[in-house]
Amino acid sequence: MTLDGAKVYTERAIGIGALVLAVLAPVLVSGFWLNSILTQALILGIGAASLIFLSAYGGMISLAQTGIMGIAGYALANMVTQRVPGGETKGLLLGWNPTVALVAAILLTVAIGLLFGAVASRSFGIYFLMLTLTYTVIAFLFVGSVTLIGGFSPVAGVDIYTPGFIGDIATDRNRLYYITLITSVFVYVLVRYLVRTPFGISLQGIRDEPVRMASLGYNVAVHRTLAFGIGAFIAALSGVLYAWWFGQLSPTTMGLDATIQLLVIAVIGGLRRIEGAWLGAIAFLFITNEITNRIPSSGLPVIGGTFNTVVGFIFLAIVIVSPDGLMGLWDKAWSAARRRGGPPQVEVESSDAAAVTS
Amino acid sequence: MPRAAAAALVVFAILYVIVIASPPDEFGGGDWRTTNTGSAFDDPSAFLTTVLDGMTFAGLLFIVASGFSLIFGLMRVVNMAHGAFYLLGGYIAYEVQQRMTGSGFGLQPGEVNTWEWIVPWLVAMVCIGVFGLAVQQLLLRWNQGQDLRQALITIAVSVIVADQVIAHFPRTVPAGTQQFGGNAVTISWPGWTNRLVDLHVGGISYSLSRLAMLALGIAVGLVLWLWLHRTKTGLVIRAGVDDRQMTSAIGINIQTTFAIAFLVGSALAAFGAVVGGSQASIAQGRDGEWLLFSLVVVIIGGMGSLAGAAVGSVLYGLVFAFAVAYLPTAGSDCCTQYSVVLTFALMALVLAFRPQGLFGKAT
Repeated sequence: MTLDGAKVYTERAIGIGALVLAVLAPVLVSGFWLNSILTQALILGIGAASLIFLSAYGGMISLAQTGIMGIAGYALANMVTQRVPGGETKGLLLGWNPTVALVAAILLTVAIGLLFGAVASRSFGIYFLMLTLTYTVIAFLFVGSVTLIGGFSPVAGVDIYTPGFIGDIATDRNRLYYITLITSVFVYVLVRYLVRTPFGISLQGIRDEPVRMASLGYNVAVHRTLAFGIGAFIAALSGVLYAWWFGQLSPTTMGLDATIQLLVIAVIGGLRRIEGAWLGAIAFLFITNEITNRIPSSGLPVIGGTFNTVVGFIFLAIVIVSPDGLMGLWDKAWSAARRRGGPPQVEVESSDAAAVTS
Repeated sequence: MPRAAAAALVVFAILYVIVIASPPDEFGGGDWRTTNTGSAFDDPSAFLTTVLDGMTFAGLLFIVASGFSLIFGLMRVVNMAHGAFYLLGGYIAYEVQQRMTGSGFGLQPGEVNTWEWIVPWLVAMVCIGVFGLAVQQLLLRWNQGQDLRQALITIAVSVIVADQVIAHFPRTVPAGTQQFGGNAVTISWPGWTNRLVDLHVGGISYSLSRLAMLALGIAVGLVLWLWLHRTKTGLVIRAGVDDRQMTSAIGINIQTTFAIAFLVGSALAAFGAVVGGSQASIAQGRDGEWLLFSLVVVIIGGMGSLAGAAVGSVLYGLVFAFAVAYLPTAGSDCCTQYSVVLTFALMALVLAFRPQGLFGKAT
């Protein structure tokens, strides 16, 4: 068995092991851990997966994903909440059937994602990053300043109105956990399938050589727009789950801090491989939890400041030491082993190195 | 087809502002034509005031965005910490002004003389310039050419700086109140700017401090232009923008030029913060806001172009001011601001025709 084969089998074994552990998690860990760490990690992992999908296979580092998650959450919140005495007063309170609202919210989000994608489809690299960051900030300011759909205080009670097949997730948190787990697996399989389709292959071609692909007759802008639409779909799933998990939405869920948090998760995991999304989310929330418990309320010792300062330094360290994150370290370890083990092989370094280093 | 639709939309927007908009009904209600002020046809002085609002805001936008654009144009570094630099610069200027006047929190505009504005302004610019230089030398010098990695590094810097600023500023707070990080503070303009000037056009009087904002913007533009086009350093910078490798190949120390550009670009963020903090306020959240403003201006205008930053600032300033005055406000939905949607519309419109921005060079 070659070392490459061994790597594939090792990864599969780890993946299956992780899935088994994830399925058994409700009996293994405390309620706090399940709800606050694991469920949130899976939800943010799906969001980070949309970011990594675009970056690993489309060469587009999008900071719009947080904004799109927020749009999906806000759309759902406005559609499902009802005008009842003593109930929620914020937002449009359309009171639609939750199943209809769920589908409508996701469709609306994908439509907005396609529009965003179409506008950004001819921007590359750093320009794309800047443009997508403005999308998120615009979405943030929009929900904050349009009082009709929310305003700066939160829209609450989203978790009460869930479709029948989702059930009561406001009290049964294990149920919510399994729903996020199933969605995560679905997203993972979807992405792994998509990148093997002709569309996915040509998308990766465009990532590496947009000019050459264009001269071969591929419509670069349309491919990138569609990819952005798929990214928006995945982010919409994450946004809807987040709305159910948190129960309320405020503009800060799509603010700059949240945007950076999602980016940190994706970078910790590694921008080149989709598995990094959930790995990064777990690692990030674990670190968050450990550090938050240790920071006194007066701020960090000596330098002062809050948790964000620590996140900033961690992020800085990762970008400086290993820009491809934990998955990058893993891949690097295997290729180091390969170099030691056999005759030096020609490194078939796929140019998705371009994702971070170019 | 989309371009025709976009053109039609622009024509409609102009017609709306000039003739269609109607002033608000005294008794509430109204329809899609109801706006905060009547059309230019009905109410020319409100129209002129809106133009001035837009232009003076553009002056401030230009000061901040030109620094962002300068750094990007030469070094291909998107300085995501520009907003955080703005925040830090504003708070530094506030503290210095408080120390100088010694009059505590409730500073009246009349109590501040010109020096008490200029010294904080200089101190803030020097501090942020040096700080920016340190960031560049420590974190951005060894990884040149990896633009995404550099953007991620500056994001990390912005997170740390913004959090630290909120933890430590403002230090001077009103007597008897608790120090609370990130509270809004105002830098005071010099007393003599605190009056209205009769412009003798359409019978409007306009705030002198806002006009000063425009004048400062124009001054920054002129100085930057003279610097880039009439001095040796400027010559080297322009050469570096066009072809970095060739410039260093002919024996010019491009690293020194990079350092100067980063120093000046960062200092401009502080310059903008002192002006912006005098006109409005410095508070938690301004960092993200000004990062957005800088991004939008250079996305519209084109990266690394001084003229682009100027045109981008004017377009964005005007769209912002007109959106507040002329977007329909019919119905019960009184307090909604849709202007932010127009930010997106403006960017989409420009990018549909020119993905590299109005004055950007195709890459």
